[in-house]
Formats: sequence, C-alpha cells, structure tokens
Amino acid sequence: MPKLLQLQHIRKTFPGVVALDDVSFSIAEGEIHTLLGENGAGKSTLMNVLTGFYAPDSGSLLLDGQPVRFSSPRDSLALGIGMVHQHFMLVAAHSVLENILVALQGVPLFFPRRQLRSRIEQTIAEFGIELELDTPVWQLSIGAQQWIELIKLLMRDCRLLILDEPTAVLTPQEADKLFQVLQRLKQQGKSIIFISHKMREVMEISDRVTILKKGSSVTTLEAGEFNQNKLATLMIGGDRIPEWQKSLPFSDELVLEIENLAVRNDRGLADLDNFNLQLKKGEILGIAGIAGNGQKALAEALTGLTKVESGRVLANGEDITRSCARSSYIAGIAHIPEDRKAIGIAPDLSLDENLILKNFRAKRFRHGVFQSRSAIRNNAIEKVDQFAIKAGPQGSPVRLLSGGNIQKVIIARELSEQPTVLVALYPTRGLDIGSAEYVHKVIAEGAGNGMSTILISEDLDELYKICDRIAVIFRGRLIGYADPTSSSREEIGLMMSGEVSA
Amino acid sequence: MLEILLDATVRAGTPILFATLGAIINERAGIINLGIEGLMLIGALSGFAATFTSGSLLLGVVAAFVAAFIAGSIHAFITVQLRGNQIVSGLALTMFGIGVTALFGRSVVGQTIDGFERHALPLLSKLPFVGKAFFNQNWLIYFSFLLVGLIWFFFYHTRWGLNLRTVGENPAAADACGIAVNRYRFLAVACGSGIVGIGGAYLSLASTPMWIENMTAGRGWIAVALVIFASWSSVRALFGAYLFGGITAMQLRFQAMGTTVSAHVLQMLPYVFTIVVLVISTIRQQKGASQQPGNLGLPYDREDRK
Repeated sequence: MPKLLQLQHIRKTFPGVVALDDVSFSIAEGEIHTLLGENGAGKSTLMNVLTGFYAPDSGSLLLDGQPVRFSSPRDSLALGIGMVHQHFMLVAAHSVLENILVALQGVPLFFPRRQLRSRIEQTIAEFGIELELDTPVWQLSIGAQQWIELIKLLMRDCRLLILDEPTAVLTPQEADKLFQVLQRLKQQGKSIIFISHKMREVMEISDRVTILKKGSSVTTLEAGEFNQNKLATLMIGGDRIPEWQKSLPFSDELVLEIENLAVRNDRGLADLDNFNLQLKKGEILGIAGIAGNGQKALAEALTGLTKVESGRVLANGEDITRSCARSSYIAGIAHIPEDRKAIGIAPDLSLDENLILKNFRAKRFRHGVFQSRSAIRNNAIEKVDQFAIKAGPQGSPVRLLSGGNIQKVIIARELSEQPTVLVALYPTRGLDIGSAEYVHKVIAEGAGNGMSTILISEDLDELYKICDRIAVIFRGRLIGYADPTSSSREEIGLMMSGEVSA
Repeated sequence: MLEILLDATVRAGTPILFATLGAIINERAGIINLGIEGLMLIGALSGFAATFTSGSLLLGVVAAFVAAFIAGSIHAFITVQLRGNQIVSGLALTMFGIGVTALFGRSVVGQTIDGFERHALPLLSKLPFVGKAFFNQNWLIYFSFLLVGLIWFFFYHTRWGLNLRTVGENPAAADACGIAVNRYRFLAVACGSGIVGIGGAYLSLASTPMWIENMTAGRGWIAVALVIFASWSSVRALFGAYLFGGITAMQLRFQAMGTTVSAHVLQMLPYVFTIVVLVISTIRQQKGASQQPGNLGLPYDREDRK
C-alpha cells in the first residue's frame, strides 16, 4: 500500500525534558495504525507534532512523499489531518451545534443555520448517536462529548484521522460502535492512527502497531506478528515489575457505610444522588464507571473536600459526614487524589516537606513551635527506602520527579499513619507498568494488614485484577455490586451504561 | 418631567455604552482591558482635535476610533503577541492615556467647536413617552443603538463572531479548528479599543463640545464593571449603561432642585452604585453558570504543556 505519511527522526524537547528523542515510522493509506506505549512515552506529544500544535526540533514529515512543515494546526488541517485530542477541544459554554459549526470547513460568514443544522443532524443519525444539538456541552456526559469530537472530525474531509485514547471514556458497547465506524472509514480508504493502552482493543483493531518507549520508536509490527504478551514486553522493555499477592478473604466487619449520599456540583447539578455503599474491613472495593459519573464527588465527599447535601457517611459507626479534610484524616481516611500535581503535592516544596504535609503537627516532627529538620529528614530517608522512591537531589522541588515517583510520594505520605480506609482515585492513571504494579502491590499489602480500599478506576482490567468486589456507579447512583470472579465484562459494561442492575 | 429625565439618561449613558461595548469585544476574545479609561481620554482628545482643525464632526469620530485603535494595539501586542500580564498592561495603558492627553491637550484647552446637535427622526420621535428621549437625539446616539444590534448579530449570527467567542472560551479548541487565535485576539482588542475611543469622543464632541483634562472622570472604570453586570452581552450593556446614565441624570436633577444633600455625596452615587452592582452580579454569577468567557485573562501559548 502507498505510504500516506512518513515521520523521520522526529525530536522534540521541552525545557528540561526530552519528550521525543528519535521517532520514525510511516502510515499507509487505508490502514489502522496503533501507537502503543506507556504514559510518558511521547504518544500525545508526537500527535501534537503531527497536527501542528508543536513544532519539532528536528526530523521531517513526508506527506505523499513530499516534505511538509506545519506551523499551526491550520496547516495540518488543510492537508487533511484531523485529530480527537485526549483532552477534548470543546467549548463547554457553547451548544453542541456551535461546537460542531466552528469546526466545519467552508462555512460562509453569514452561515445558513437551518441548512447546516440538518446536515449535522443527518451525520449524527448516520452513526446512530443521540445528541441534542442545542444542549450546552457542559451538561453532557464525557462519553457524549467524545462523540461530538468524533462528529467534528468525521464532518471534515480528513485523509488521516488521529484518535488519542478515544475509548477511555466509553462503555465497552460504545467502544464497539466506535470500532465499527473506524472499520467503515478504513474501507473508504482513510488512514487512522489509534492510540490506546488497552491490549484487547489493540489486538482487535490494528493492522499495524508501532511501539514507543521513552520518546523513541522501538519497532513496527504487522498484524499476525504480535500478541498481547509480545507487545507488553516490548512496551516495558527491561523494566522490572514488582510482584505481589492478592490478600486473604476480608472479614464481614463494616468499616465504612454511605447512606443516601447526595452531592451537588458548583453548577447545581447532582453529582451523587441517593448513593449507598458498604465497605468491609480489609476489602478492596472497586468502583467501576465511565468517567464523570460521580466518582470524583464520591472521593471528595469521603475525604471532606466537598460539601454533602444530604445523607450520611459512617466510619466505624461514627458520623463523619460534615467533617473537614483534617478530621477525615484523623478518622483514618487517606486519599490518593485524581490530579496528583494539582492537589496531591505541593509542587514547589521538597520531598521531605511533602512527606509530612499531613502530619507535620506530630510531636516527633517538631521542637515546640519549630520544625525538627533532622526528624523530617530521617522520615524522608525512611520513606524513600521503604517505597523505593527515586528521589532527586535533596531539597529540590518535588515536581521535578516523574509521575510514578510523585505518586509514590503521595502514597508514602497517605499510608504513613496506618489509615483504616484508603480512597484512591485513578491511582495508576498515567503511570508506567512498573509503577502501576507497585501501587497495586501497596494496596494489596495494606489489605493484608486490615486496611480497606475504595479503588476508583475506569480500567476494568485493573479492577478485575485487584478487587474483591466491584461496585458500579452510573449518574451518581450505585447500580449494583459485581463479583470479579464470576461477572463478565459485558455484564459490568451494561451496568456502567445504566442499562442493567445486578 | 420624566421625559426630560429619560432624555438626560440616554445622553449620560451613551459614552459609557460605547466604552462597555468596546470592552465586551475585548473580553469576548479573552483579553481583559483595564485601559478603557485611558482609551476614552485618547478618543476624546483626538476626536476634539480633529474636529477643531477640520471642522468635520464625522472626521472627529473617525480620528477617535483610529487613535484608540492604535493605542489599543499596544495592549494587544503586549498581551497577545508577547503573552504579557493583561492587568498590568491595561493599567499602564490607562496611565499612558491620562498622561499623554494632558500633555497634548494643552494647546486646545479653552477652545470650542460646534458639537453634535439633535436630529429628530421622522415618525419615531413622535412615539409617546419614549419618542423624544430616544429618537430626538444626535447621530452618535443613533449610531450606538445600531452598534448594539450589530455586535449582537456579529457574535451570534456570523462565522467570525462564533470564531471569536470560541477563541475567548477555549483558544486551544479554536486553534485545533484552524482558527488563527492571535489574529482574532489582536483585532478584537484593537477594534474594541477603537469603539471605546468613540465613547470618549462623545464626551468632547456631544456632551460638552470642548476638551477638559481628565474629562472622563472614571467613566472608563464604570464600563469595566458594567461588562460583568451585562454578562458580556451587548444588549444587556445597553440597559446597564442607561441605569448608570439614569443615576447620573437623577443626581444632577436633585442638585438643580436644590436639595440639602451635599453635591459631593450626590456625585458619588454612580460610583457607589458601581460597587453595589458588582457585588450583586458577582453573587448572581457564582450561583448560576457563569457567563464569563472561559479563558478570560489567560495568555495562550500553543506549546504550553497542560
């Protein structure tokens, strides 16, 4: 097949970071080409180079054999390269219609609204999606927003479509629908770059797979040349993976009960609505659901970061519903937040200081009103050793550590006071496989010591692997519990879309 | 009596209306412009000087637009191209406006011109009650009515308007759609500033046909507050501007009637009202979904890693 686009020795650096070192591969006409790599391997950066967002430091792009240079997304669009970004490029305050209109090509200055509207409605119907054109985007679920991005892309005449982790916010059923659409586009002769780290999908859809590791392209494999194990090995290379064992069966003692919890967000919409949950001692309870169905509100309500409208949270029988973050900590609830750089750490403080952010008042860290630098330093040395943190030079800001190491810092701090409950919100998102396994290991070991964990994740594979029970959340309600040893992915998928309750 | 008050309301509200409309165009593109006060002064002086030398009022209005457009381009260059701090740049522009107009205005202090005069519109001015107040005014006021409609139409019924709103809400999304973000932002700041300049020219060409140093007397700052009150809508800006015009007209009326309240206290009223309005509209917007453009005040750097 003729080559549509060739990338040769692409290199891109940011101040202090080499995001892309040396990437070369090519995309043929009418193929689905998967880019596989751990987070931080440079997939998104590479795609931003392809769409003209980032200018590469060196290397060249050849389109139809001709060298091209993009100075803005405008240039790449003009040549038929379109993309669905991982962080959606939507205007939350605008309606669905306006968001699609702004992406269309060749719309005259005084646009014929009615005519364009019916054209958009036609396309939406073609793909069997339900979208109300006049709804503002912020009222829509993340899954629906994903479809808007897809419609935007499909209504443009693109030769190369780039999809950056499109299935992360879709139910398994929706993902299947997307794959049908992609197959149809492929038959029309369009090329697709598909980014995912879900092996199952990669195996199902790819004609070829290119593996990225630490900013360089490792190899490209044709369909038939690869299987899941081979891909995983190539992705992590020689990195060592920590081993762990799932803990023993948990006891029946309840440590946390949530009764009819309701939380509203700052737009006055219900994030949690009559939500119930029971957590047992030593249990790892997974919360499955599509992103944006109330997971964040649940974690924030449990850790005292958001105001609860009604309902109760009982920890060991004690009502902690209206406590602030600090008293939640005392009640024994630790928190691994979703956005680790924004609220997980104080980015400009040192490792030592970040490790005592929560218990700096403890007697052992102070002499009267003064801090005890030596005790704080010793604590850091101990934690670095215990949690295998790759620390930078002493006293340097903690934000300079890699994502995996920052996550270890947070975990070390949160677990330092032996919490009874750990609330972990997407704790392995964006981590390489080694670090993710480490997080699982800590959670499993904690469970062995009687710590209960609420693990909120959108990755069903992760939940299946580590959880004792899986609770499914949909539009702020508990749909039901599933047993990972007996429930199928399809059953949980249907529950995630709110269609079936177990 | 009420008719006279309404007439005075429209006359006092119009310069603020122009300034608010100009500021809305700035902020819709995502750029805060605190230079409104300075831009009004620049517009007032250049408008007056142009009319004084040429004798043409139209030329005066054009000169005010052009001068404020150029001054606004400085703000645009600093905030859009150089991604500088919008607050600091805007404040500097206000101080620049005050200083530069005081300096170059000396030569025309004390001079007078023939300012805009009333032109009753046929039929419309015969309407009961509102006819006289709204349609027996000068051409600059009629132009402000037109501008309110034009800006509304531009924002919601043209492709450029949609693009501009997208740029202000989410420049990365606009960029991904192939919209030239910086070009839109630059032109919005410059053209918006030009309209602010016409607001200044209204003072020196229509209200009091002469140049007085610092003759805007804080109207630019009221416009900055009114943008929030109007929730970035040109139509609501009309109501907001007339509300302030009404208070100004009323306090003048009180003074003329010879109340015992000190004139200084009465003159304070529009400014006190600004604070009240700001408090109310801020609370209102915190409760509902905010109308504020999503990326207001933030510079856009395409290569910034999120």
